[in-house]
Amino acid sequence: MTLGLDLTLIAGLLALALHVVIVRDDRNAVVAFVAFGLLLGLAWVRLYSVDVALTEAAIGGGVTGVLLLRTEALIRPASAAPTASRRSGGALAAIACVLLAGGLAIAVLSFPNPAPTLAPEAAEALGRTGLGNPVTAVLLAYRSLDTLLEKIVLIIALVGLWSLAPETLWGGAPELHPTAIPEPLVYLARVLPPFGVLIAVYEFWVGADAPGGTFQAGTILAAMYLLVLKAGLRPAPEVKRTALRVLVAGGPALFLAVGFLGFLMADGFLSFPDGAAKPLIVGIEAALTLSIAGILSLLVAGPPSKAPAP
Amino acid sequence: MLPANALPAYVTTPGGFLLVLAIILPVVAVLAMLVLDPRHARSVVGATILAGVAAALAIAEELIRTGAALIYVVGGWQPPLGLALRADGLSATMIAMTAIVLPGIAIFARGLQDLKPETRNGRAPTTFWSLLMGVWSALCLTFIGQDLFNLYVALELLTFAAVPLVCLDGRSETMGAALRYLMFALLGSMLYLLGTGLFYGAFGTLDIRSLSAMSDDRPAVSVALALMIAGLLAKAALFPLHLWLPPAHAGAPAAASAVLSALVIKAPIFLTLRLVAEVAPTPMAAIAGKILAILGAFAIILCSVMALRQARLKLMIAYSTVAQIGYLFIVFPLATGADALPPWGTIAWTGGALQLGSHALAKASMFMAAGIIAEAFGHDNIRDLSGFGRILPLSAATFGLAGLSLMGLPPSGGFIAKCLLLTSAVLGGHPWLSTTILAGGLLAAGYVFRVMNRALATPQTPLIIRRKIPARLEVVPLILALLAVLLGFVPLEPLGLLQIGRPDRPAETMP
Repeated sequence: MTLGLDLTLIAGLLALALHVVIVRDDRNAVVAFVAFGLLLGLAWVRLYSVDVALTEAAIGGGVTGVLLLRTEALIRPASAAPTASRRSGGALAAIACVLLAGGLAIAVLSFPNPAPTLAPEAAEALGRTGLGNPVTAVLLAYRSLDTLLEKIVLIIALVGLWSLAPETLWGGAPELHPTAIPEPLVYLARVLPPFGVLIAVYEFWVGADAPGGTFQAGTILAAMYLLVLKAGLRPAPEVKRTALRVLVAGGPALFLAVGFLGFLMADGFLSFPDGAAKPLIVGIEAALTLSIAGILSLLVAGPPSKAPAP
Repeated sequence: MLPANALPAYVTTPGGFLLVLAIILPVVAVLAMLVLDPRHARSVVGATILAGVAAALAIAEELIRTGAALIYVVGGWQPPLGLALRADGLSATMIAMTAIVLPGIAIFARGLQDLKPETRNGRAPTTFWSLLMGVWSALCLTFIGQDLFNLYVALELLTFAAVPLVCLDGRSETMGAALRYLMFALLGSMLYLLGTGLFYGAFGTLDIRSLSAMSDDRPAVSVALALMIAGLLAKAALFPLHLWLPPAHAGAPAAASAVLSALVIKAPIFLTLRLVAEVAPTPMAAIAGKILAILGAFAIILCSVMALRQARLKLMIAYSTVAQIGYLFIVFPLATGADALPPWGTIAWTGGALQLGSHALAKASMFMAAGIIAEAFGHDNIRDLSGFGRILPLSAATFGLAGLSLMGLPPSGGFIAKCLLLTSAVLGGHPWLSTTILAGGLLAAGYVFRVMNRALATPQTPLIIRRKIPARLEVVPLILALLAVLLGFVPLEPLGLLQIGRPDRPAETMP
């Protein structure tokens, strides 16, 4: 039964991947790519990596899909039928991908069995953090420096994106909604957000002990906010607004502050005082969830396209 | 093969917290500038630079005083589960080099912005400061990270801070150059990450110290290293993956070009060196060294010729960058090929470090001088710059002094570096490498003299000055160029400083 399920999943993934590569119509390819991301999420569930599955569905399927669709809509007038140079480029890419896949296959098949893993250590050290989900412990305790700096990467990406606006529009508001907003979209944007917020809060709250966490929760919140913007129910905010910037910087700033607190109250940077680890981590996660929601929605919204009010 | 638990644990050394400061101070600046009004960006950056330079000096001082590597175990979580930061002699040298070049560029950028006070707090200047701080943090982490994934985060931070620098002026051709840079850089990131995944799958750890004890000639190691090194080369713009670099580095605003050419591309090269010298098993390191040296030699010759043929000054300097990093890849077979000596004990290792440092100083000052020239005359066509040395004597001097280092003429850091590499190539029996080094020097002389010739020529029609340049703006690049010359007074032997903390194996971390 499960074997049949797995084989169907693999066949579906391969078929969708091929379809994405072969199909001529870009929009069709993007839609197939989104479906591929969702199916890949299922594959991660089958590999017992629910945290990865949630992220893959949200980022690989959701956010990337939205970005690709918007890009496709923007470049459609300019993209012409495939030319000879595009075809030879495609052939080159195909050869490179086959070589890469071959190399990966050789390497992966040579892995020792049983696979060496840090999972037992990660589970064993959970006691020191008070958490129940080892993935959250990796992200916010064992390797918190990586997580902190990844948020800085996102912020730098956002600053870079904003800098793409023309001089006069810098600091202004992005514009998301089309001139004619379809009625069903408005309806969705009125009905869905309360449920989305509820799910996001749940995701964030269980993240400490079960699969879920800041990134997934932040992505759902961002999706809800984008839906509201897209339906034109609220205007997109000016990106120079202080409140918005405090929201974006708040999570990483709190993370840093707790990190420095470790110098005074624990064994150094990013170490938590005994017994206080879990409340501190949950606090950081709450602020990070909001920051991630802000950053992701602003990244999808794109550079400012309206001049800021003086 | 040693089991990982037989290795000494990481123990935080007394000065270890300085490593955290080196990474985190610029991050604090990024967050502060995000929230504060653009007017305050310059004071935030100024304060951060003072603190960051102090941290870099303290790291170097602590390292020399104790004669051992600085280590910090982040959050008290021992690798491989947690992360450690470690600065040995080479890392500290790189951090110090960054702490000299980056503030120099910042002072220059500030002066250049002051020429147009009306846009001083506008889009491009404000964004520049945030990105500059992002680059600084990423560079420091690259030099002291001990974990392959932690280093991936450093590379990502570096990429996302560096790419927007290219298109800060907002012209559509620089947007195209930035996009191409982004494609190459992301391809590199993806390949690096794939290799990192393979290492974890094969050994269950990403800690470089453990990997260097465990790695052997199994296929996963070869594939992982091949992917990671290829990815890093795409970011480092080694021939033939250099196509993105000239338009990107030449199109960026002057201060940004200096950051990109002098500092940013050094990070992937540094990581390549760590992978080859520490992680790759000896036979594989030998093969990788040969391939890298061949590509490096091609880069030196072909890109020097390309530099000679450029009509625009900034494009010429950018091609010169691709040629000069070729020298850094020649180091690989020379440093790992000596049987009697460890890599870090060879003169090639010292030569490589000197080449890295002197190129950073020389290239930063050259791009800044080119920026001054473009600002003063409104263009940078070499042919139409006859007599610019009379109007901008300091910038012409900067160009000449920096050129000494690129050509490898004494006295200059580039001379010592190339002299050490040449000696090493001759002693090690690599005649074609020594020929390449000499030919590269001649070609560099060709393109530097082409500009100097213009600088000293008598123009038929006098140059039109579009904007008057205050002398203090010209002084900053001149100082960096002088420092590149001063590097030429280090002794011609393996530097002791570069050997501190190597190898990362003995009981140095035991109390």
